[in-house]
Amino acid sequence: MPRPGFVLEVDRSTPPILFHHGEGFRLEKLPAGRSRVLYPAEPLPALRDPEGAIRHALANPMGDSEPLSALLFPGMKLTIAFDDISLPLPPMRRPDIRQRVIEQVLDLAAAAGVDDVMLIAALALHRRMTEAELRHAVGDRVYEAFAPHGLLVNHDAEDPDNLAFLGTTDQGEEVEINKRAAESDLIVYVNINLVSMDGGWKSTATGLASYRSLRHHHNVRTMRHSRSFMDRHSSELHHANWRMGKVLRDAGVKVFQIETTMNNDVFGAEGPMSVLQKREWEWSAKDRATFLAMKTGLDRLPMRARRRIFQSWLAPHQMTSVQAGEVEAVHELTTANVYAQHLVPVEGQTDILTMGLPYICPYNVNSIMNPILVMCLGLGYFFNLYKGRPPVREGGVLILSHPTTWEFHPVHHPSYIDFFEQVLSETTDPEVIERDFERSFAEDEWYRHLYRTSYAYHGVHPFYMWYWGSHALAHLGRVIIVGGDVRAVRRLGFQPASTLQDALEMASDVVGRDATITHVHNPPILMADVS
Amino acid sequence: MKALLFRRKPARYAAAVVAASVVPGSGARVGPLALEDVDPPELPGPDWVPIKPRLAGICGSDLSTIDGHSSRYFEPIVSFPFVPGHEVVADRAGPDDGAPDGSHRVVLEPVLGCVARGIDPPCGACARGDLGSCERISFGDIEPGLQTGFCCDTGGGWSTAMIAHRSQLHEVPAALSDEAAVMVEPTACAVHAALAAGVESGQTVVVLGSGTLGLLTLAALRRYTDPGTLAAVAKHPEQRRLARELGADVVLEPGEERRVVRRLTNSLAIGDGPITRLTGGADVVVDCVGTEAALADALALARPRGRILLVGMPGRVSVDLTGLWQRELQLVGAYAYGTETLADGTRRRTFDLAFELVEAADLGRLVSATYPLARYRAAIAHAAAAGSRGAVKIAFDLRNERERTR
Repeated sequence: MPRPGFVLEVDRSTPPILFHHGEGFRLEKLPAGRSRVLYPAEPLPALRDPEGAIRHALANPMGDSEPLSALLFPGMKLTIAFDDISLPLPPMRRPDIRQRVIEQVLDLAAAAGVDDVMLIAALALHRRMTEAELRHAVGDRVYEAFAPHGLLVNHDAEDPDNLAFLGTTDQGEEVEINKRAAESDLIVYVNINLVSMDGGWKSTATGLASYRSLRHHHNVRTMRHSRSFMDRHSSELHHANWRMGKVLRDAGVKVFQIETTMNNDVFGAEGPMSVLQKREWEWSAKDRATFLAMKTGLDRLPMRARRRIFQSWLAPHQMTSVQAGEVEAVHELTTANVYAQHLVPVEGQTDILTMGLPYICPYNVNSIMNPILVMCLGLGYFFNLYKGRPPVREGGVLILSHPTTWEFHPVHHPSYIDFFEQVLSETTDPEVIERDFERSFAEDEWYRHLYRTSYAYHGVHPFYMWYWGSHALAHLGRVIIVGGDVRAVRRLGFQPASTLQDALEMASDVVGRDATITHVHNPPILMADVS
Repeated sequence: MKALLFRRKPARYAAAVVAASVVPGSGARVGPLALEDVDPPELPGPDWVPIKPRLAGICGSDLSTIDGHSSRYFEPIVSFPFVPGHEVVADRAGPDDGAPDGSHRVVLEPVLGCVARGIDPPCGACARGDLGSCERISFGDIEPGLQTGFCCDTGGGWSTAMIAHRSQLHEVPAALSDEAAVMVEPTACAVHAALAAGVESGQTVVVLGSGTLGLLTLAALRRYTDPGTLAAVAKHPEQRRLARELGADVVLEPGEERRVVRRLTNSLAIGDGPITRLTGGADVVVDCVGTEAALADALALARPRGRILLVGMPGRVSVDLTGLWQRELQLVGAYAYGTETLADGTRRRTFDLAFELVEAADLGRLVSATYPLARYRAAIAHAAAAGSRGAVKIAFDLRNERERTR
């Protein structure tokens, strides 16, 4: 049986703790007597027969849905939408879950005589997926069968001819999604629910939406009222998506939702990376030697080489559950399954929260983790990985460890560069940023062109990254980044520190000298269930 | 008298070129500039008067000369040995040389045009009051020299005594400090540049470089033109602060120009990845740097049929002019000053406009440090690294020089 996540109270015998640090690592000694470490659960067992489980789910749907085969008929228009390159993290080894599911859906469609099938990467305002990325996600067989005929496409949220306006929610939120999907007799949405935020109505209402629609929930107010957006029932982000889901349903859009969960097996049980998945006091002499060799080797490599090594890592994580059918019923069970892997009960809040940020986040797969993404990963995603209350108290300090280099992928993140240089040099206040700058970036013709024709995130995307962290910005008394590029860290509005000890000293100005410290040992992912 | 003298010494000049390529400003240590005891310059005619510099600024063109970066273009229009220093506030030194109001302080307008050279009738440019375009700068009663400070007959501001033609002198109002007064000459250059830029109301103007000339040009553009957006490229924090204070709407760092201009002008960029080519661009780009890279930037930033104004002194550069041809750009120089035509059609002396701007924008604050002549090497090193040292204008302070009172 895999061991659950747990909380380690740090004492004098506790060895140095692993902090991820971008494309590298740090070992840090935490102060005894006032520190604790939150460890993730060990990987849950994978489904022994994933193909059989998928088959079963499609044939035994949840909620008021009929089996998928009963929803398919000759002459119908079928759209299969699937999560994009942002999921899972890191990318998984072949076969990708999406491939497994889509192949079975297509088999059923073929058996039912469905000819009009289109596959859409539901990327919202993310960058388009490359051919290699699409092949990895759906498999070569599906790619070859559909892509050459224009039947496997990236969603285009800026294509006015292929968007359908379906109405507004009772709170005035406009719902506009991919026209092909909206006009289909059935949308089959294939999810990979890496974290509890993923899935549900967010899949269709966000993944296939336009800026016109997304701006209603991707904004500062929504993010600040999502406590957290990883907890659906306390998330304004999800409430808005659920309201939009009702509009979709009322407009006759029929969705057959397929959600899958995966285990925490990010670094595997074999090979040098496996040490990252072990608890430090359980490291063998071989583990220590492996880690030391890996760290030393990485530290000597240029950043470009390190990035290539890490970005080529395909994780061995595997599917732990698959649910299909009516969106909300499916999502409830999916969320419970995600929680089974991620939730770690934590008692009370801390004064100082520390995190080692890894090399990857949803928006830099095969790319560069730029400073804005560092902010988003730390203050957006990791900070919000809680249920109940944030693990750090209001006014507390967040210490992140990451190189935070002043570096951007010029093809993937062109508007990020301008955001960093031109917006953050003026202000870091999310509300001011939203009010004064968002529209001009969102409507910038060049960003729009690059989003549609190249591989660029939409012009407004860096704003969303900033909003993602706005709850944390309002909650925290100070943010310190250890080992980051000083200029870049300051541009983010945070404080740079050379060492963790320096950072703790700086934090004491805010929370006092005997402040409690909690380190989140993520990845593998964990979610604090704070009482 | 004491003077910093620049002699024609090819070997030392070559040494300056080498030294300055490693550390800017180090041409003062090994080059042909030296502090010497020299005789005061003789008055070449009845309208010439002796003056005693109070403050004399160090200009970018002086630094280029000292570091051996100046183009050989200047050889026939300067005469050796000369005393540099053309940004000068001085005291009249003659016994009856006080102004009608009793004041003795003057600012030098250093261009040596036809009137100063005793050429009558003057050339067409001088007749129009466009002294900077004088066609006789190597003729007449004095040796060649486009300005005082580059002519062997007149002396220059980096000394305790020099001479000036009466037509070159502008009385300094009593309320104006010496520091403000020494900024009048470079401000006149900036005013002339701003008015030569041909900025139409509402246009986007980009100023490359925020050294002294860049900052003054910003201030002049803000006062004498009506741009829609005035953007300044500034490398150093103090420059960025001052650029904002002096009127820039947008201040950016080197390397950000193409992206910022693209956004300001709603332009597209050709290709993805790093931006190299814009489809549109700024209406006017004012280059206050004068380097090859800056000119290349200017060519990249100006919109089709836009205007590029060279204000910083360029030398020999190698740039691809295909874009200038294909985009029908105007490349215009802006040198010195004379008489300007304002938007309402009135004609004003550039120096009069410069006095007004210096006072209105409190430009005397840009004088960051002064040095005695004896510390000229430190002064020039400071001036060469002014931006990175948080400084703008460095000047020689001659007010306490012992020789001045002899």
